[in-house]
Amino acid sequence: MKKEATLKMNERSALSVKKNLPLKIGLFVLFTLLCAIILVPFYAIALASFKPGEELIRYGLNLKFDLSVMSLDNYIYLFTGDHAYFTWFFNSLLLTVVQVALTLIVSATVAYGFSAYEFRGKNFLFICVLLIMMVPFEILLLPLYTLIFNLHMMNTYSAIVLPGIASAATIFFFRQYLSGIPKEIIAAGRVDGASEYGIYLRLILPIMKPSFAAMAILNGMNSWNNFLWPFMVLSDERKYTLPIGLKTLLTPYGNNYDLLIVGSFFSIIPIFILFVAFQKYFIDGMTAGAVKG
Amino acid sequence: MIKRFLYSQKVAPYVFVLPFILVFLIFWVYPLGSSVTMSFQKITLGQEAEWVGLDNYTKLLGDKIFLKSVMNSAVYMLCTLLILIPLPMLLAVLINNKFMWGREFFKSSLFFPALTSVVVAGTIFRLMFGEMDGSLINSFLGWFGIEPVKFLKGQATGFIALLTLATWRWLGVNMLYFLSGLKSIPDDYYEAASIDGASAWQKFRMITMPLLKPTTIYVLTISIYAGLAMFIESLMLWNGNNSPKNIGLTIVGYLYRQGIEKSNLGYAAAVGIVLLVLAMTINMIQLAFSGLFKKED
Repeated sequence: MKKEATLKMNERSALSVKKNLPLKIGLFVLFTLLCAIILVPFYAIALASFKPGEELIRYGLNLKFDLSVMSLDNYIYLFTGDHAYFTWFFNSLLLTVVQVALTLIVSATVAYGFSAYEFRGKNFLFICVLLIMMVPFEILLLPLYTLIFNLHMMNTYSAIVLPGIASAATIFFFRQYLSGIPKEIIAAGRVDGASEYGIYLRLILPIMKPSFAAMAILNGMNSWNNFLWPFMVLSDERKYTLPIGLKTLLTPYGNNYDLLIVGSFFSIIPIFILFVAFQKYFIDGMTAGAVKG
Repeated sequence: MIKRFLYSQKVAPYVFVLPFILVFLIFWVYPLGSSVTMSFQKITLGQEAEWVGLDNYTKLLGDKIFLKSVMNSAVYMLCTLLILIPLPMLLAVLINNKFMWGREFFKSSLFFPALTSVVVAGTIFRLMFGEMDGSLINSFLGWFGIEPVKFLKGQATGFIALLTLATWRWLGVNMLYFLSGLKSIPDDYYEAASIDGASAWQKFRMITMPLLKPTTIYVLTISIYAGLAMFIESLMLWNGNNSPKNIGLTIVGYLYRQGIEKSNLGYAAAVGIVLLVLAMTINMIQLAFSGLFKKED
C-alpha cells in the first residue's frame, strides 16, 4: 500500500514538469478569454463614446472601429455643452464623501460600544444589527418615503444619508476587527485616568485606522452607485446624483444618447483610477462580509 | 452631575450604541411597523386610511400581474443561484491553482464590472441586446447564421439579457468570496490526499466543497435576497417599469408601480410584506438545510 503510494508520488513529480506547461497555458488561455468577454461591454461603450448618437440609434452598440464616424464631439459636448452633468458629478462626489465619513465614524463608535463593554440588552441589540442585514431594504421604501415626506425632508441629502448612517455591515465588520484588539489597552487607559470617551477617541480610533480603508471603499462604492432611494427622494434636477441624472437622459420619448454614452463612460473612469490605485482595499472591502461567513 | 452620569462606565456603552438604537427605531422599526399596518388598510391620498382587514392580501392572491412578478423574481433568483454559485466556485479553484499566471490581473479584471452602477451597466446591456442586426449580440449571432433576435420583447430572451447582466456584474465578486474561503483551507489536506492517490475531482469533492461550505452559505444567503429584491436591473434594461406583457416585472417593481406610480399605498405595503415573508422563509429553510443552526461538529 505504502509502496504503491510512493511510486505514485514519484510518477507524479516526474510528470509534473511535463504536465504543468499545458496546464499553465490552458488556464492562461481560459482566463484570458473570460476577461476578454468581461471587458467587451467596456470596450463597446468606450468606442461608442466617440461616435454620434444617431449612429448608435441606427446600428446599435457594436464593436466596429470606424474612424470615419468617430470624433471627439461627444467629449467636447461633455465638457463645454449646456447640461448639468458636472453638477450631478460633483453632487455624487460630495454625497459620497459626506456619507462615507459619517457612516464610518458612527458605525465605528457603535461597534466599539458592542465590543468593549458588557451591558444589559447588548445581545438583543446585536441581534437587531443582524436583523437589519436580513431585511431587504426595498420593502421599507414606501413607509420610509412617507416618513421622509412627513418630516419635511424631501429633496434633501439628509434623507439619503441618515437612514444608512449606522450601517449594519460596517458595524459588524468593525466589531470583528475590534475583537482582535487586546482589552488591556482599555484597562491601561482607565488606570491612566482617561475617560471612557477619551479612551475611544485617543487610544482605540488610531488603532482602528487600517480597517477604515476597506470599509471606506465598500461604503463609498455603494454610495457612488446608489440609485433607487436617492431617485425617490430627490426631485430637484440640480440636486441629482450622477446615476439619477444619467437615468433621466433616458426617456420614453427619445434618448439623449450623445450625453448618455459619453457620460456613462466618463463616470466609470474615476472608479477605475481609484480601483487601480487601491485594488487591495477594494477586494478586502468587498469580501469582508464573507470571511467569517 | 450630568457629566458624571454620562461618563460612568455603566452609561458609556449606551451612549456609544445610541446612534444605532435611534436609526433602528426611526428608520427600521417604525417603517416596518407602519408597513404592516398599511398592508391592512386602504389608503387614498387626502383621506383617512380605512381598515380593510386581509382584503389587500386576498386581492393579491388573485392578482395575475402580481403572481407574474413573483414568478419572475423567483425564476430570476433560481437562475442566478444556478449560475453564480457553481461557476465562480470553479473559477476560484482554477485561479487559485499554483500554476496560474497573472492571477492578480485576472482577479481584478473579473471583479471590475461590479464597480459600475446598475444604471450604467444596464444602459450598456440594453444597447448590446438591442434588436437591430448591427447591435453587439445580434451581430455576434449573425456570424453563426442566426437571425437577429428581439431580445427584450420575449420572455426567455429577456431573461437571457437580465441573467447575462447579473453574471457579468457578480461573477468576479462571488469568485473573490470563494477565493477568500479557499485561503482558509490548509495545503496539508491536499498533500495528504495526493499521497493517498486522490484525483483532482476527488480532492474537489471531498476537501474543497465541504470546507467551502460557510462561504457557499454566505453567497447563497445574499444571492437569495438580491435575487428576490431585484428591480433596477429590469428598470434599466426595459427603460422603465413597463416591459411588454410584464416579462421583466419583479416583486419590487410591482411594489414600486402600486406604491409610487399608482399611489396604492396599502396594496403596495402588502406586496412588501409578502416579499419579506418570502425572503425570510426561503432563507430560513436554506439555513436549516445547510445545518447552520446545528451545533458545529
